[in-house]
Amino acid sequence: MIELSNFDLPTLWFAVVFAFLAVFLFLDGFDFGVGALFATRGDPEEKERLLAAIGPFWDGNEVWLVVFGGALFAAFPPVYAALFSRHYLLLFGVLGTLILRGLAPEFYEQRHDESWQRWWGRAFVVGSVGAPFLLGVFAANWLLGTAGPTLTSLVVGLAVVCMTIASGAAFLGLKLRGELREEMVAYGPKATLAFLAFAVVTLVLLASRVSYDVTSAALVALTVASGVGYVLATKQGYRYVSFVTAGGMTGSFVALVGTLMYPVVEPVRGLTVAEAAVGSPSIELLTGSAALLLPLVLTYFVVLYSAFSGPIDPEEAY
Amino acid sequence: MVDPVVASRLQFALTTIVHIVFPVMSMGLAPFLVYFTWKEIRTGEVLYERLRRFWTKIFAVSFAVGTVTGLVLEFEFGTNFAAFSETAGALFGGPLAAEGMMAFFLEATFLGVFVFGRERVSDRLYFLSSVMVGLGTWLSAVWILVANSWMQTPRGFEMATKNGHPVVLLTDPVAAYANPRFPWMFVHMQNAAVLSVALFMAGVAAYHLYRRRHLNVVDTGNLDATFWQTTLKVAIVALVISAPFQAIHGDAYGRHVAETQPQKFAAMEAVWETDSYVPEYIIAFPTSVEDLTNPRAKDIFGIGIPGGASWLASGGDPSAEITGLNEFESSPPVAVVFWSFRAMVALGFWFIALAFWAAYRWRTGELLEDHLLHKALMASSLLGILGVELGWIVTEVGRQPWVIQGVMKTSDSVSQNLGSTEALATLVGFAVVYFALLSVYSYVVARIIRTGPAGPVPDDYDQPRDPESPTPTREVPADD
Repeated sequence: MIELSNFDLPTLWFAVVFAFLAVFLFLDGFDFGVGALFATRGDPEEKERLLAAIGPFWDGNEVWLVVFGGALFAAFPPVYAALFSRHYLLLFGVLGTLILRGLAPEFYEQRHDESWQRWWGRAFVVGSVGAPFLLGVFAANWLLGTAGPTLTSLVVGLAVVCMTIASGAAFLGLKLRGELREEMVAYGPKATLAFLAFAVVTLVLLASRVSYDVTSAALVALTVASGVGYVLATKQGYRYVSFVTAGGMTGSFVALVGTLMYPVVEPVRGLTVAEAAVGSPSIELLTGSAALLLPLVLTYFVVLYSAFSGPIDPEEAY
Repeated sequence: MVDPVVASRLQFALTTIVHIVFPVMSMGLAPFLVYFTWKEIRTGEVLYERLRRFWTKIFAVSFAVGTVTGLVLEFEFGTNFAAFSETAGALFGGPLAAEGMMAFFLEATFLGVFVFGRERVSDRLYFLSSVMVGLGTWLSAVWILVANSWMQTPRGFEMATKNGHPVVLLTDPVAAYANPRFPWMFVHMQNAAVLSVALFMAGVAAYHLYRRRHLNVVDTGNLDATFWQTTLKVAIVALVISAPFQAIHGDAYGRHVAETQPQKFAAMEAVWETDSYVPEYIIAFPTSVEDLTNPRAKDIFGIGIPGGASWLASGGDPSAEITGLNEFESSPPVAVVFWSFRAMVALGFWFIALAFWAAYRWRTGELLEDHLLHKALMASSLLGILGVELGWIVTEVGRQPWVIQGVMKTSDSVSQNLGSTEALATLVGFAVVYFALLSVYSYVVARIIRTGPAGPVPDDYDQPRDPESPTPTREVPADD
């Protein structure tokens, strides 16, 4: 076995866990955003096109949440246990909204009558808005070491919802054609500005609770720069740049939460990364398998996204 | 108020019992979908395209429900069983993370290609995606059963204290993860999934063949008739292989349980006193009313095969000694385990009978005329899934009061800070949501089945056909 002892595996896994969360919030985030934008459409044909845009992707995107949970459990069992049991009802709310979002597109297509589709359409919207909101609340509570909702965590929840709408609009810019695309894309800059406003409020609210340093200041700057870049790129019609900057916003915002927390990983019990991490050989096995598997996972995503690259045709409805 | 331990256990029982239906459907359907896709690509026949499309619809719905209900289980380890998660995380978390990285990604990403990509990707990649989806569903079972088999026969760890909590430390990954129970569980589960889906497909095909029994269904010019005949035949082939195999394998698996979990085996056979020449009870009842609720009841009225249980436990020796439940400090709810085991075995024998009955009718050329067989197949379409449920009840209830056999009690595994109101609220919430979920799923699947492979059923479906008229042909509307 490779000598890993002088490498700080607990810190690596702390970064990996947050990276999984960020990838989830970006990839499934654009699915959530499309779900939120679904609420703005009345025309059944337009709704079909929105569903078709995320159809092949969202199942795979959602797995990043499972992997985030699994990695947190495997690398930091006491954190998983403490965090999940402390946020008992909140996490059942997350599950409830994810159930609605997960079933709605599948069931929506099963019957083509109005009331059936109206109800599953609503379920889709509620799930798509509710899940990122509650996950944002969860992440903020984790950082702050609180159990119930606080003003800060509610603001973070709203910020995450706006962030997913921005990602969703950018994604639809790549997947749609015509007038519908322009209408959807136009929501992106508005959502981004709202996200930046909520993010600033969050930072002000956090000022008394956490100490900012160079890294966190850089991440704040990166978040704001991505947001501004997104707005400018979208106005100019650079769709790929919009999509990438949406990812930048998500990544730097999640990284900021992780940075503000580190080296503590369970604020209530005061457990640091080193104290909470599993020992050898568990963590080495985990590292080895992740190193082998993640390139494979990347390959699957490349296959999937290249098979369905470019705008979808209207006939390809879900 | 309700005890959070009881509420958590009921909630986990409820959510697993419902969840298992969907992985069984997807694991069992996967090999059939690979076969249909392969045939479609090799022969170019519209029949196989329709078979693939039709069963993919059911797969996709099952997968969607399976994903969300499975996510619930992953979360429940943290929300309701935090003490278990903290204690066992070093050993138990790894397989869950591996399931996500190794199995779910494979399944979920290639399902996107498989469901939406027929027109977009090459035949080769399309076939590969069907294999990948199937591999993903099966690998998912690998990791779940690696984790579960460790809970049944824990190896490769030692106990320690960390941050003030008891924790297991992984000392020997090979012993822990290449657990002696794993191959038994995996083979039994996968074969059960194929068997269950074969029964389901046979039931669905029988339903359509039975509905059109007035017609001369042998008439091969009719696409629908061909579709259901092929479905039935493919299902019968799978049944004839998987049903007897399940019984033979189950018998050997039972011996392994007797060796490694004697307490569970004693509960399966309701053996109280250590004894040799233990009979295999076909039925057994406590003789006094009070004993109905007493798991330690000794007086049992039963009809049994002399030496049968000893014979099963030892692999052929009717005089073998079986350790009785009274030798152990605690015991699982014996009646639940005893009856679930018996019902599962009885179903297993019925499946074998059904498989050979159907195979015999096929051989004699009367497969499409035997309406009694059709009725039996329809009635049995969900019994495979029932068998899986019963098997899991034997496995999981039979291990109680241990969550990790001999290491950690279930009552110690529940989250310490969980209040009874919260626990009750989510229990009731899940009961309502899962009831709705099962209802909608059943409704949607029933609708797909009723509609059949290619759009609405023609109006004259149930009308006897004039034998003089030419074979009706109708355009096959494109699916979806």
